[in-house]
Amino acid sequence: MREESKAKKIAGKIIVAALVLLWCVIAFLPFFFMVMGTFKEQFEMLMGGVFKMPQQLYLDNYIEVFQGNIWNYLKNSVVVLVISLTVLLFVSACAAYPLSRFKFRMNKPIYSLIVACMSVPIHVTLLPIFLMMVKIHLYDSIWALIGPYIAFNLPISVFILVTFMQGIPKELEEAAEIDGCGKYRIFWSIMFPLVKPGLATLAIYNSVNMWNEFSFALTLTQRAENRTLPLAIWEYQGQYAMNVPMIMTVLVVSVLPMIIAFIFGQDKLIKGMMAGAVKG
Amino acid sequence: MQTTSLLARKREREVRKVSAVFLIPALLIIAVFIIYPIVDSFRTSLFDWNGITAGKKFIAMNNWKELISDDTFWKAFRNNIIVMVLSIVIQMPIGMAIATFLDRVGKKGTIFKVLWFLPMLMSSVAIGYLFKYALDTNTGLVSTISRMLGGKNIDLLGNPKTALLTITVVICWQFIPFYMVYFMAAYSSLPADVYEAAIIDGATRGQYFWRVALPMMKPSIKSAIILSMVGSLKYFDLIYVMTGGGPGDASELMATYMYSNAFESYRMGYASAIASGMFIVITVISLVTMKLINGKEEV
Repeated sequence: MREESKAKKIAGKIIVAALVLLWCVIAFLPFFFMVMGTFKEQFEMLMGGVFKMPQQLYLDNYIEVFQGNIWNYLKNSVVVLVISLTVLLFVSACAAYPLSRFKFRMNKPIYSLIVACMSVPIHVTLLPIFLMMVKIHLYDSIWALIGPYIAFNLPISVFILVTFMQGIPKELEEAAEIDGCGKYRIFWSIMFPLVKPGLATLAIYNSVNMWNEFSFALTLTQRAENRTLPLAIWEYQGQYAMNVPMIMTVLVVSVLPMIIAFIFGQDKLIKGMMAGAVKG
Repeated sequence: MQTTSLLARKREREVRKVSAVFLIPALLIIAVFIIYPIVDSFRTSLFDWNGITAGKKFIAMNNWKELISDDTFWKAFRNNIIVMVLSIVIQMPIGMAIATFLDRVGKKGTIFKVLWFLPMLMSSVAIGYLFKYALDTNTGLVSTISRMLGGKNIDLLGNPKTALLTITVVICWQFIPFYMVYFMAAYSSLPADVYEAAIIDGATRGQYFWRVALPMMKPSIKSAIILSMVGSLKYFDLIYVMTGGGPGDASELMATYMYSNAFESYRMGYASAIASGMFIVITVISLVTMKLINGKEEV
């Protein structure tokens, strides 16, 4: 009897281990394909097949990518990210403050409106925003991207920050108020510092979204000099369609900043995703 | 007495004023970039317009009439539904299984957690291209493996029968890490002593999962389903990059169909009708599911 349950237990463990291994293969094979590809020459890729290791440490693909236009795409991505993120965090912290703290008639309706915006499919707004940007002459510049990037990450950010601020004890504010501190000062000197951990989580979470955004970047910009990193992949693809190793290199270069950020902010990012996840 | 009520009223007025100041920037952004576009989309759908020149002709509901009898739109809609159903059926159980495994092994599993999370960091475009080449007929992974096993080259994306399915698999590869994290969050929100109590009462791990953990995570599972549904109705990047909706209209989705109408056929009015149609369809589907899912709970 005990022997049997022991055997069953071992069999169970083996099955779990096999599944874990299988999932590792599924999750990794594409990455393996991508990274290996970057060290191969174009014809090596075509002739040698996928699983053949690169003959030598061939770095020309990286050199070519870094000597090309990539810095400009990178610069655009960074500028758009920094501005959008700063404004986004500030505006959503501002909005979350009264929604989490004050009682007024419009509180519930406004909050519901913001939460409802989370489920608006962004592609519905793609064409009108394109037309709007053409009209106000922001089309084909990185500035056109900032508005939509803020807007589409705003609802979830407000939602998360409201939840976060509700957890901060009210006594602090009340004490400050008795000391004659105005509402604006309370926000700046008490609330803002206290929600910093929440803001950090949101910053990392939103960065990934903004960094990887494609649809708006594709629609609202046109010239290579005004495009962001996800579009670099697109443009290189047009230019080097048959040069697979080259494209893989661009892919690696565009993911690298996020992977580095992930290494440093791993906990925060996963926490951000979790906070984002439980929004429903 | 009177002074207190006066003071209270003054306080109330101040609260209202301060709230307005804090809320206006956010509301303004939402109005300009979310609400106005939705309205504008409906308005543009009433015109025959290429989107560029001034020649904008009012044609009332003609775009909508065309949309209703447009086979490609309904094909795209059907494809969206297929992707949606498959996404839920594939992503949820695998995500749950992985989360259960990671929850069981705890800290020891950190390395798996980090590595399995990686696809979440890549943009859809990057994933799209990666797989486009990984699935290439001649040099891709699948063909290579098939040849190693003595088979022939396999063209998954160029075949109308397999294109949509292949894309769905790639979508699952991209989003399973999300549901992994999601269900890990659900696990961590369960009270810590529930597991111990169940084990002390003589439950096996399996029983704990099916009888205790799963029912307790029902609300999270429900919202995961809604998230996945709404999410899969708006796929664009990946399909646009991998197949562009092709071959033919085999993998066309509502969003790619809208895009090609706007920027390839230059039919801005009709594309706006597609966008508005998409908005209606997605809103109705999410409302109905939310009602269905939450309604059952009350019974």
